[in-house]
Amino acid sequence: MAKKEKEISFNLVSRHKLDELNSSEKLQFILKEVKKGKILVLEHGLTPFEQANLIENTMKEIEEDTFIGVEMEGLGEDKPTFFQKLFGHSKKPRVTLIGPANLLKTIRKDNDMIQTKIIPGRGAN
Amino acid sequence: MGLFGRVSLASILQRIFGKKHAKIGIYGPPNVGKTTLANRILRDWTGDIMGSVSEIPHETRRAKWKKNVKVENGSSSLFMDIVDTPGVATKVDYKEFMNTWGLTKDEAKRRAKEATEGVIESIKWLEDIDGVLLVMDSTQDPFTQVNVTILGNLEARNLPVLIAANKIDMEDSSPATLKSAFPQHPVIPISALTGYNSDNLYTTMVSHFSKKRKKKRR
Repeated sequence: MAKKEKEISFNLVSRHKLDELNSSEKLQFILKEVKKGKILVLEHGLTPFEQANLIENTMKEIEEDTFIGVEMEGLGEDKPTFFQKLFGHSKKPRVTLIGPANLLKTIRKDNDMIQTKIIPGRGAN
Repeated sequence: MGLFGRVSLASILQRIFGKKHAKIGIYGPPNVGKTTLANRILRDWTGDIMGSVSEIPHETRRAKWKKNVKVENGSSSLFMDIVDTPGVATKVDYKEFMNTWGLTKDEAKRRAKEATEGVIESIKWLEDIDGVLLVMDSTQDPFTQVNVTILGNLEARNLPVLIAANKIDMEDSSPATLKSAFPQHPVIPISALTGYNSDNLYTTMVSHFSKKRKKKRR
């Protein structure tokens, strides 16, 4: 009998879902999903403060043999227009990819493209 | 003797508009040469060193600092508290220390545990500094998440950042790539190992970090 391949979950998370959560809830949600082995694509990325908090929380959650951290890559921030700046509209981070570091590997990134590789043979837990 | 006697215009402007003291964090991913650069700065200006260096990532796992390092630029100068921070990473795998660097399992696990604590400490230091010397390896791709996160945090806080494009003594280094990647910040090509272009770095540190800015709080 052929061995059943482990599946890899790839979840797209809408801007609407992310906007419903405060920063702390958002980070908890992301880390919980990533620790389960899921790869997330966030339609609306994290602010720099949220990114730093996510790194900090990730370090607290690292477990020797089951969770070594995250791979996270986002496209640069949207530049606000003149009128948005005038009315205090801040820069918004664009789409962001987050996954478990033992599964997801960034190959190359520039301002417009993120190239990643999913390491075969290591499915979701 | 000129209008201002022996006192230069630059030093007068610094007295009026500039800072005399700043707490500067040396930041960056692991193994880009942060401690080598900290040692270079301290050796050149105090005769001391900051800490040990190693090819194995996460050699610095606790922040170290040296207070009141006077860096001069002609007749202007700046006193800096230099903070050498542990490398910031999004992942730490003890098996890498065993498989790549030959550490025993116990050594590797201990190093990994301390490395995670070091990353947390580095992030906490961001709250308490006046400017950052962000060290990047000019032989590597600059668009890493760690670089982007650190820069994003500093820009959001309106803190000055100076990018040291390190390891230009290596054949495959490309400081021009870093300059084009981050045109909004000064980028100084340097070899912390040999000291090449360190004078240019010091000149820029004094002028860039002595500017007064209104720090934004989170």
